[in-house]
Parts: sequence; C-alpha cells; structure tokens
Amino acid sequence: MQHRSSDVFLAGLWKENPVFVHLLGMCPTLAVTNSVHNALGMGVATACVLIASSLIVSLLRKWIPHQIRIAAYVTIVATFVTVADYLIQALSIELHKALGAFISLIVVNCIILGRAEAFASKNQPGLSFLDALGSGLGFTFALTCMGALREALGNGTLLGHPIFGPHFQPWVVMAMPGGGFFTLGILLLLVNVINEQIKRSRSAREGT
Amino acid sequence: MNQESLGYILLGSCIVNNFVLSYFLGICSFLGVSNKLDTSVRLGVAVTFVMLVSSASAFAIHSLLTYLHMEYLQLISFIVVIASTVQLVEMLIKKTSPALFRALGIYLPLITTNCAILAVALFQTSRGYSLLQSLVFALGAGTGFALAMLIMSGIREDLTYAPIPKLVRGTALTLMIAGILSMAFMGFAGMGGG
Repeated sequence: MQHRSSDVFLAGLWKENPVFVHLLGMCPTLAVTNSVHNALGMGVATACVLIASSLIVSLLRKWIPHQIRIAAYVTIVATFVTVADYLIQALSIELHKALGAFISLIVVNCIILGRAEAFASKNQPGLSFLDALGSGLGFTFALTCMGALREALGNGTLLGHPIFGPHFQPWVVMAMPGGGFFTLGILLLLVNVINEQIKRSRSAREGT
Repeated sequence: MNQESLGYILLGSCIVNNFVLSYFLGICSFLGVSNKLDTSVRLGVAVTFVMLVSSASAFAIHSLLTYLHMEYLQLISFIVVIASTVQLVEMLIKKTSPALFRALGIYLPLITTNCAILAVALFQTSRGYSLLQSLVFALGAGTGFALAMLIMSGIREDLTYAPIPKLVRGTALTLMIAGILSMAFMGFAGMGGG
C-alpha cells in the first residue's frame, strides 16, 4: 500500500478527525472537557498512548497471529495506559484527581484500537507513527476546542485567567454534563457547515 | 470499607449519577444504537447482565491482586478478564438458552468495548465497595444505562418524521437531545443525601 507521509499525517487532523468525523472516543471528549487544562492533559495523555501503542503494534505486526490480534492489541494498550496513569500521578497529582477514572478508561478509547487495527497492523513503523501523531493531535485539537468553549462560557476564564471582566455572569450549565453534549452538538454542526461550504465551492469551481 | 447503604447506591448509580447522562460512559452505543426502541431495550438488558457478571469477577480479581501486592496489574487484568468473561457468557447463553441468545444477538460481543463496563469495575474498586455493594452498583448502573437508552430511542423514533434541516440531522441533533435530557436528570441531584 502506498501512502504519502504528509497525507497520512494531515488526514487525522481534519479530514478524518477522530472526534468530529468518526465520532470515536466520545466518553473523554465529553467528560473531561470542562476546562482547557483538563482537556489538554487528557488529549496529550491519549496521544502519547496512541503513538506508543501504534509503534509497538506496527513493529510486532509480523509476529502477532491474526486470530488473537485484538487481545494482543488490548494488552499492549493497557500496558501503556498503566504507564501513563502512574506518570501523571507522579507529575501532577491535581490533574490526576481531575481526570480520575478517565485515565484508566483510555484503554477502551476506540481511537487507539481503531488506529491499531486499521493502520498500524498493515504499515511500517514510520508511517504508523505519523498516522498516530496526526490522529492524536486531531483528538487533542478537538478536546481543546471543547475545553476552551466550555471554560469560557461556563466559568468566564481561559486557562484560569478571567477574560470577560467582572460583570460576566457564568453560564453554569456549560460546565455541567449537559453543556458537554450541547457544545459537541454545536461544534459538529459547525464542522458540517464548513464541510458543506468546501464541497459547494469545489463543485462550483469544477462547474465553471 | 465503604458503609453506604444499598438503596442509596442503587439510586445513585441509576438516576442521580446516571452513567450515560452525567458520567458520559457508554456514549458510543448510546449514540449509535438508540434509534430503535426495540434494539435499545435489548442492548440495555445485555449491558446490565454483563455488568453484573464482570462486577463480580472484578471484585474477585481485585481481592486476589491485593493479596499478592500486584495492584499495578489491575487495569490489564480487568480488561482481559472482562473480555474473556463476555466470551464465556456468550457461549454459556448460547448453550443453555438459545432464545435469550437470539434476543441479544450481535450486542453481546459488542459490549466488551463499552467503557461503562470497565468503569463499573474501576469505580467499585476505587470506592472500596463490598461484594454485595458492587453487585447493587452494577445493577443500578446497568438499569440507568437501559433507562437512558429507552428515553432516547423513544424521542428519536418520534423525531423520524419531524421536519428537521438536513445539516442538523444525525449526531448533532442526538447530542442536543442528550444535553436536554442530561439537564433534566440534573434535577435529581441531591436526592438520597448525595
């Protein structure tokens, strides 16, 4: 299979963004995005696990028997998640408390297993690394968008700094569970609109 | 050891802290399968069943690992055991009750990847529930999941013929509805002393 490395990398960022297009990894996307800080932490942790496990799966792709591949992938991912869990606990106990059980739940994040199955098991380590990097960054980007919107509206701050001045009345529901659903729904709408615009302008260009 | 009463745990995991609407667990199947009332009821039953079984086995693993002082293996062993339990349960049901097996169908294997199952195992260990408390917690979480699926699929079935702009159709609309539902469930906050 021939892939251009820049295409592989860019696909994960927008065209095949795991959150906005494939709707994978919804649980952390909704659950930990009530502030930019948490969202970034979650995104980076997931991206690191994704990259590490894609690399290992790709290196071992010739040795893993086809029948037990899912079990093997899950074990690899779980190993890296355990590492990430202890690492976050060592680096920032606050972040670990804020993310809670969702760090362990990276194991069942469909993005990681999806990339391992769909890409890393069929391609060389270099390409798999780029693919994982693209998807990981795309995921982090989506999470940060959500986090920024929800923190700004629900708390009136961005990364802890107030941005609206003293008379801002926080929109509390945005920081609550319901706000997560609303924000993601609105962002999905925006993505739909943008993609529709791109399609329309492209077909107009081809028509003339 | 945690001393919460069983009724409080059941109420808390089922309604006040509904797994889908306030912890965002099991969203994938919640968004994907909730367009038909019939299938979502079946999925809800299957999830509750698997949760009960995996909760009991997770309790056993946790006791074993604490005894051996190997807590760091917790996550790996949980996920492997849950996956194999689902397989085992699937075979068992197929053998003993073909009718139930047909009713659950494809949803049984799909459940392995449902994060709500793993979350039940993780929450019950981190909160230090006893075996009975864990089982009640799993039952509540499963019922809560089924309840959310039921409400959602009812609404979505009604919306099938509603005049909705093309751009909004699909996931965006489902998410908005889920947001409103989640706000409704926030009204239960504080019930049962929590």
